Order: sequence, then structure tokens, then C-alpha cells
Amino acid sequence: MHTDFTLYAGLLGGALIGLAAVVMMAGAGRIAGCSGIFRSMLTAKPDADFIWRALFVAGLIGGVILARPYAPNAQAVALPSLAAAVIGGFCVGAGTSLSNGCTSGHGICGISRFSIRSLVATLTFMVVAIITVYITHHVIGG
Amino acid sequence: MLMQRLTILVSGLIFGAGLAVSGMVNPAKVINFLDFGGPFDATLLVVFAAGVAVATLGYYLTFKRAKPLFASAFSVPTSKVIDARLVGGAAIFGIGWGITGFCPGPAMASLAYLQPVSVVFLAAMAVGTLATRLLPAKR
Repeated sequence: MHTDFTLYAGLLGGALIGLAAVVMMAGAGRIAGCSGIFRSMLTAKPDADFIWRALFVAGLIGGVILARPYAPNAQAVALPSLAAAVIGGFCVGAGTSLSNGCTSGHGICGISRFSIRSLVATLTFMVVAIITVYITHHVIGG
Repeated sequence: MLMQRLTILVSGLIFGAGLAVSGMVNPAKVINFLDFGGPFDATLLVVFAAGVAVATLGYYLTFKRAKPLFASAFSVPTSKVIDARLVGGAAIFGIGWGITGFCPGPAMASLAYLQPVSVVFLAAMAVGTLATRLLPAKR
């Protein structure tokens, strides 16, 4: 699927994601890290900690539903194939669990706290993802 | 407790709106950033820069306070260890991100589109997450 470079939508959307991280820290004192929230929900009993995480995820989904009518970038999406989702989903789960973070926790929140650990993780997954796309689209896929 | 939960819900709503507005909820837009040999779309870099800029300033102001507005203390990671687990894990995540264009936030947010593939991805992600529990615990 072709997508256009959208400078202003990118700036606004990115600023909103940054703001969400600040709201989470200023209000609840927590990192808005999506993989950590997902991982904790897998084991947590339906206690108070489970509830706040579920509220965050409900917000993620609700935010897309609310913003979608006004967001040209979110009208049509091209989701991965089922086979890619199975293999890729497993890798995303295992990898973020081992490295304790993903694009939000390490990428946005970690780098904004000047964490070297998060910077190393972010550079690593960026470079590996670029190599992976090169291989799947231009070496294997052609 | 109520105010804290309300804040977290609002944070999630803003985050989800940000993913929609920026197009990061669309895996194709993410892949087109990662694809240097294809129809390159630099939007992700702009999103990242804006997000880090706002969060850096916001965190700076937030951490001037002794504690959060609706919690007793800040709960932030303290580990500074850079080891094989961190780099290897990030690399495995990068493979999955490259294959699908999905990272955990957009994958969860994509449930808004009611497509079965989102559920499949999250189920596989849960299996991958739980699989790491079989490995020796972190030192």
C-alpha cells in the first residue's frame, strides 16, 4: 500500500503520543510503555493493577475510533497477512519481553528520560527492522 | 484512585488519537519508513522526533515535582544494564516489527478496525511473551 509523507499529521500525532506519555507520568507516575502493559496484563489477576492497564488499552482503541473520522492517515490501513502476524507477533512478544520495552517504552519514554539503555534498544530494533524489511521485500519477496 | 484511573484512560485516548492522526496505526506506513529500497515515507521519523521533544520537555517539568498528581511516587525503570538480553531482545523485536509493521501499541490500537488479524497478532505476541518465561530469570 502506498502512503504519502504527511509532515503536519506526523508532527501533531507524534506530539499527541508524547503528551500521552507526559499525562501518564504526571498523573500516575508511570511509563506509558505498551509492551510492558501488555505483558503485565497476561498474568495479573483482575486486581487494581489489571484495571489501570485495561483502561489504558481501552483508551488506545477508543482514541483511534474517536480520531479516525478526522484523521486521513487512519481511514484505510493495510494489516499484515495471517502468516506474518503469527511469526511477527511471536517475535514482537518475545523480543519486547526480553528487552523490557518497545517503541513507546524505550523509544519515546526511555529516550526522553535520557536512558542509554533505551537508546541502545531503540537503535537496535530500528536497524534490525530496516534490514528485515530489505530482506523480506527485496531479497525474498522481490 | 478514581482520578488516577481517569488520567490513565485519558493518556490512552490521547495515545490512540496520536497513532491515528500520525498514521502509525497503519502498518503499511511503518513499513514504508523502514523500506529504504521502496516507496520511502519519512513520517515515522517526524512522529518520533515530535514525540520525544514533547515527552522530554514534559518529563523535565514533571520531575520537578516531588510526586505525581494522583500517585504516591514515580515508578520508573532504574536498570542501566546493557547486556545480550537487551540487545538480543531488541533485535528479535526488530525482526517482528519489520515482518509486520506492528509494534505493541499500534497492534492493540488496531483492534478498533475489528479485523481478525489483529487478534491473531496479539495472541502470537502473548505466546512469545510467555515463552520468555521459560528462559533463565534475569540476573
